[in-house]
Amino acid sequence: MKILVCISHVPDTTTKIKFADNKLDTNGVQFIIGPYDDFALARAVEIKEATGGTVTVLNVGEADTEPSIRKALAIGADNAVRVNAAPIDSLFVAQQIVEHAKSENYDMILMGRESSDYNSGLVHGLVGELMGWPSIAPAMKLEVDGTTAKLSREIEGGHEDVEVAMPFVAGCQEPIAEWKIPNMRGIMMARKKPLQVVEPVGVEGVTSYKSFELPEAKAECKMVDAGQMDELVGLLKNEARVL
Amino acid sequence: MSVLVFIEADNGVIKKSSLEAVTYGSKLGEVTAVAMGSIDASELAGVGKYGATKVLHCSDERLNDGVISATAKLIAEAAGQAGTDVVIMSRSSLVDAVAARVAIKMGASVVANVQELPDTSNGFVVKRGVFTGKAYAFVEVPEGKKVLTVTKNVVQLEETGSDAPVEEITVAFDDADFGVKRVGVHKQEGDILLPEADLVVSAGRGMKGPENWQMIEDLASTLGAATACSKPVSDMDWRPHHEHVGQTGIKVAPQLYIAVGISGAIQHLAGVNSSKVIVAINKDPEAPFFKAADYGVVGDAFEVVPKLIEALKSNQN
Ligand SMILES: Cc1cc2nc3c(=O)[nH]c(=O)nc-3n(C[C@H](O)[C@H](O)[C@H](O)COP(=O)(O)OP(=O)(O)OC[C@H]3O[C@@H](n4cnc5c(N)ncnc54)[C@H](O)[C@@H]3O)c2cc1C
Ligand SMILES: Nc1ncnc2c1ncn2[C@@H]1O[C@H](COP(=O)(O)O)[C@@H](O)[C@H]1O
Repeated sequence: MKILVCISHVPDTTTKIKFADNKLDTNGVQFIIGPYDDFALARAVEIKEATGGTVTVLNVGEADTEPSIRKALAIGADNAVRVNAAPIDSLFVAQQIVEHAKSENYDMILMGRESSDYNSGLVHGLVGELMGWPSIAPAMKLEVDGTTAKLSREIEGGHEDVEVAMPFVAGCQEPIAEWKIPNMRGIMMARKKPLQVVEPVGVEGVTSYKSFELPEAKAECKMVDAGQMDELVGLLKNEARVL
Repeated sequence: MSVLVFIEADNGVIKKSSLEAVTYGSKLGEVTAVAMGSIDASELAGVGKYGATKVLHCSDERLNDGVISATAKLIAEAAGQAGTDVVIMSRSSLVDAVAARVAIKMGASVVANVQELPDTSNGFVVKRGVFTGKAYAFVEVPEGKKVLTVTKNVVQLEETGSDAPVEEITVAFDDADFGVKRVGVHKQEGDILLPEADLVVSAGRGMKGPENWQMIEDLASTLGAATACSKPVSDMDWRPHHEHVGQTGIKVAPQLYIAVGISGAIQHLAGVNSSKVIVAINKDPEAPFFKAADYGVVGDAFEVVPKLIEALKSNQN
């Protein structure tokens, strides 16, 4: 099995988001592999361990993303590609992934259901359509059976089970696998694994981020005594007008 | 501007969020709607009331399953026929999977998670949610065709027009469009679907165990609300996975979100901070949820929730 895993490099989920000069203020921000991408990576490594083959990780990012790429290698990917460009939007990222993947004969391309910074949830569909492959997201389960894959996809109020012939693209989420934590041996080996840096291709139709805004601060929470639920119902009805 | 709006139905009834998308589209230009699968002609014609001038319907029953590739082909085909500049879709599990493919088929730019009508005073700028609901971004979309997915509640439904004509649309599907085969569906029938719900009652680890959920369900049914939970609760299988809200789960935007025994971790808040009004019930006065809530009750859920149910019932009488 030859698997490509696409990873984003995003602020830790506990980060308090601030902006400076119309950009994310990265001061003191810890960056991690996108949480959904981490699920995709973990499942890819499990499939490789069960069936043999290779896992390649790809990131579109500038040199500062390399710690995340090395971490993916330490978790069990065999080699890595970094497309040397700041990711402008999902279409830009998708085109870079396709540029790499079109000559590599992957059996599947796994990624997260969405990046936790820009939350577009588009890259898997874009890559699927550009490759002419099916795309399935959000995938909660992925089993390989010969040249067929069985996935479970979350839908409103439940999930559907689907079958698809390889190759395909999936945008993953839990509980597809448990996150893996790199061990010492993995970290040592990761240093020697190949990390290829390639230049981006030009893309038309990309969007551009003009400015950012934080949500309005919530007004102070109004406390209601635990014995006064009639009062709470009254407030919800007459003040908040939601009942 | 010529606008195409994709509308979805649940058990033959068109979703409110799809009608919101029609109203949204009608603010931009002349709207053609497109729908698929088994939906009554009268239900389809009614979309005209919200601003569509025509409804295209693909009655091919294979589309009842919400097949991703085939749906994308239908929408792109309809966009071609209608001479569409902008495609609008309300976010759903199907739309989220389909929008990107539609954009590539049309040669369009695509923006997901749109929060407001675009600003077209100088180009085409949309506001979208980023950083898991912690911020918004203003995105400039280049000239040419566009595909936007919008969140729930971005516009107020407006009933302005009358029934619209419904036309059948045929699409030359091939086998590859049905390459993903649905072999089973597991869906809770009859319940109010969480992503669509206007009222949500959610509970966390503070409930101690799954056997205590009756109280939460009673509160939900008294209100006519959907139920939700925090992540650890679904991780421990106290509740099904599709009920968990937050950064890694469903994002909800109801009128009212009641959180019982949930601490209010930042990853949980990421899924609920678009709610209009939040009520937090927690025995710990220091619980972070009180910082994100509009109304707070410090107390033991096992005492507070039954009292709240009682108060709601006596209020209804
Ligand atoms: C990458 C990442 C992603 C995550 N994604 C999500 C997500 O999508 N959704 C999510 O929910 N979490 C998510 N989490 C987990 C999150 O950080 C919290 O651990 C989780 O939300 C806590 O759940 P809880 O509030 O139910 O439990 P706890 O934190 O254990 O809180 C229980 C609360 O109940 C209160 N309580 C206890 N007994 C009672 C009682 N009798 N009456 C009233 N109150 C009582 C306590 O005071 C406490 O505040 C994520 C974590 C990570 C690292
Ligand atoms: N810069 C990037 N490099 C590689 N993969 C990415 C990048 N950004 C996003 N992805 C992948 O695409 C998925 C969806 O991203 P998005 O459409 O931006 O929400 C993510 O979960 C990642 O797996």
